[in-house]
Amino acid sequence: MIYLDNSATTKPFPEVVDSFVAVATNYFANPSSLHGLGMKAERLLAQAREQIAAMLRVKPNEIVFTSGGTEANNFAIKGVAWQYQRRGRHIITTKIEHPSVAEPCRQLEELGFEVTYLPVDREGRVSVEQVERALRDDTILVSVMHVNNEVGTVQPIEEIGALLAHYPKTLFHVDRVQGISKVPLDLKQAGVDLCTISAHKFHGLRGAGLLYVREGVRLAPLIAGGGQERQLRSGTENVAAIVAMAKALRLALERYERDIGRLQALKDEWLEALAAIPDIEINTPRDGAAPHIINFSLKSGIKPEVFVHELEKSGIYVSTTSACSSKKKAPSKTLLAMGLGEGRAERGIRISLSFDNSREEIAPAVAAIKQAIKTLSEVTE
Amino acid sequence: MNYDRILIRYGEMTTKGKNRNIFVRRLKNNIARKLQAFERIQIEYMRDRMYILLNGEPHEPIIEKLKTVFGIHSFSLAMKCENDLDAIKKTALAAVRQLPYQGKTFKVSARRVDKQFPYRSDELNYEVGAHILRHTDGLTVNVREPDLDVRIEVRQDGTYITCRDIFGAGGLPVGTSGKAMLMLSGGIDSPVAGYLAMKRGLEIEAVHFFSPPFTSERAKQKVIDLVRKLTTYGGRIKLHIVPFTEVQQAIYQGVPNEYSLISTRRAMLKITDELRRRQRALAIVTGESLGQVASQTLESMYVINEVTNTPILRPLVSMDKMEIIEIAKRIDTHDISILPYEDCCTIFTPRAPKTKPKKEKVLHYESQLDLAPLLEKAVNDTETLVIDEENGRADEFAELF
Repeated sequence: MIYLDNSATTKPFPEVVDSFVAVATNYFANPSSLHGLGMKAERLLAQAREQIAAMLRVKPNEIVFTSGGTEANNFAIKGVAWQYQRRGRHIITTKIEHPSVAEPCRQLEELGFEVTYLPVDREGRVSVEQVERALRDDTILVSVMHVNNEVGTVQPIEEIGALLAHYPKTLFHVDRVQGISKVPLDLKQAGVDLCTISAHKFHGLRGAGLLYVREGVRLAPLIAGGGQERQLRSGTENVAAIVAMAKALRLALERYERDIGRLQALKDEWLEALAAIPDIEINTPRDGAAPHIINFSLKSGIKPEVFVHELEKSGIYVSTTSACSSKKKAPSKTLLAMGLGEGRAERGIRISLSFDNSREEIAPAVAAIKQAIKTLSEVTE
Repeated sequence: MNYDRILIRYGEMTTKGKNRNIFVRRLKNNIARKLQAFERIQIEYMRDRMYILLNGEPHEPIIEKLKTVFGIHSFSLAMKCENDLDAIKKTALAAVRQLPYQGKTFKVSARRVDKQFPYRSDELNYEVGAHILRHTDGLTVNVREPDLDVRIEVRQDGTYITCRDIFGAGGLPVGTSGKAMLMLSGGIDSPVAGYLAMKRGLEIEAVHFFSPPFTSERAKQKVIDLVRKLTTYGGRIKLHIVPFTEVQQAIYQGVPNEYSLISTRRAMLKITDELRRRQRALAIVTGESLGQVASQTLESMYVINEVTNTPILRPLVSMDKMEIIEIAKRIDTHDISILPYEDCCTIFTPRAPKTKPKKEKVLHYESQLDLAPLLEKAVNDTETLVIDEENGRADEFAELF
């Protein structure tokens, strides 16, 4: 098996699964329970929070655990909207956000909020000038992803943060689900107020994620109830998955230190091999892209969904655009926004790597890709 | 060229005449312990200043740690070069270029400690200032209120160049004022009192009264977490956990309700004083603030304090609650303190405690109890933990993370 769909989900590290099993087995109590076992669960939660905060270089009380990236994105956007709607009802985001940002924005539009969707350039990047021009007196939130999940373009987060430093009434949310452990970002230095992270993208388990909420920012809770997570996110905490997330983040950041050069080189080799295939057009920009995502379009006539299944026969797993949108047979929003045209946007394929991928996979995978193109061309011609 | 050292300026200890060396050496040791993770650094110290030679260690995390060391008035990143005009020019320019200087103003302030050096201070100001201006864009001179003050100090052993001052924690090096016992309840006030005591150079050991099953493991853990926060400022701190249930129950049963609080406080102070004697400390620090609660009226303090003539230091005595909360937030103990667990002060609280207790009455009630053996037992059964900034964690969970 050659797994090239790491932006959809990564394979959990075995040590992370061990932690999950150990916590779920031995410390299964409710962290809010008064007894000693409950207290141990609570300590585990506190230690996970401290470890994660230290690695993100923020304070423990700035971490709110959620069920994952989608909830964190919804919480950031709706939480700001409800909390600050008297301050203003205008939100700025981009045309290439993940559905977990785009959809809540759309819901808010139905409720009378105004949303500006900024365009991107041919490389899939939003410009700081455009953010500046879109800013208004009643703009309460700017939400820009760190690394685009479809093509891997890194957005100018530090520059936008520096711009927004002059607009204290406008909060800055960054969806960092694809960026963490692949592209460095110092949240404090970049002036980020809210930041989304999800465990299963860095070899943790699904069901755990977090929202960084800068001290001083207030959010209206989405999920009300028992008042867990400082009243911000009720519901019994998923202690085992959260401890596993802390461990996964530690291991993933260690892998970053050790292997980032190798991953970058691996991606370059992939790009070179793919660029040599005549029926493929590379969509990922050459510069300013994350080290793990490669997007290309197939020649016309090949249905990407069929291509994915054809490769699967050889034990090779890739995606059409993003996993979250691949079941709706629509052209890629990101590729369209990049101005690559409807046809190319309909035939996008994404390869996403992790630190566990190797050079040895490239030759057989590329051979299988060529063969699949050949086979499918013959069928359609 | 990178910043190769951090220059540390002493605070109040410069007024310490003959004893200054004791303070300087203690500060040096405190800094060395704080920075032990940075193996390559070297610390050089002299009477009026200290240098941390970075030897390639990153300066940002070191700066963060230095901000929590008492006894430092301010510190600056510095570069050193030989006493030579060209070298000074080059080094000063490099020092400026390491900072975000675009659009800022600057001035050069030279000081010639080594009078052998052939250029006068104002000549140096001119020469170096002109050199920096020529080789940077977007930087202008402002001698009155510059954003960057490029300081050049020509000393016998070399020239030091610094651009930016960072304020230190002030106060006196922890340990230079002797040792005191801190009565630590788990509330907002007592950790702040401990912090302020350490700021005056005291080394502290914490004493906590624990009344299982009336107070829970969580309350104990809360106090451990508070001490761990205090270790940021005081290095390793001992925490004495006194088993207090029997004493509390005896008082509750034997002393009329409105006086039980006063008697409980007296018992705590007696136990703390005995621990103090055994640990060879010379004072007791409390988080009392005059008038805050019933046991902190002047009359109550008088009756409670009657059990000992050991100095009781009350750093918060004149502070408002809001001022105390502000410090608690700054030193990061506030969020722990407000966790809502029962502690020994909230159980058995009388409905209407005396705010003006009579000493004679307290003595009378206590004379009918035989508390002394219970107090002695509490002292003997006290559990002592040593809490360190780095290893305050429960090892039970280590492999899970």
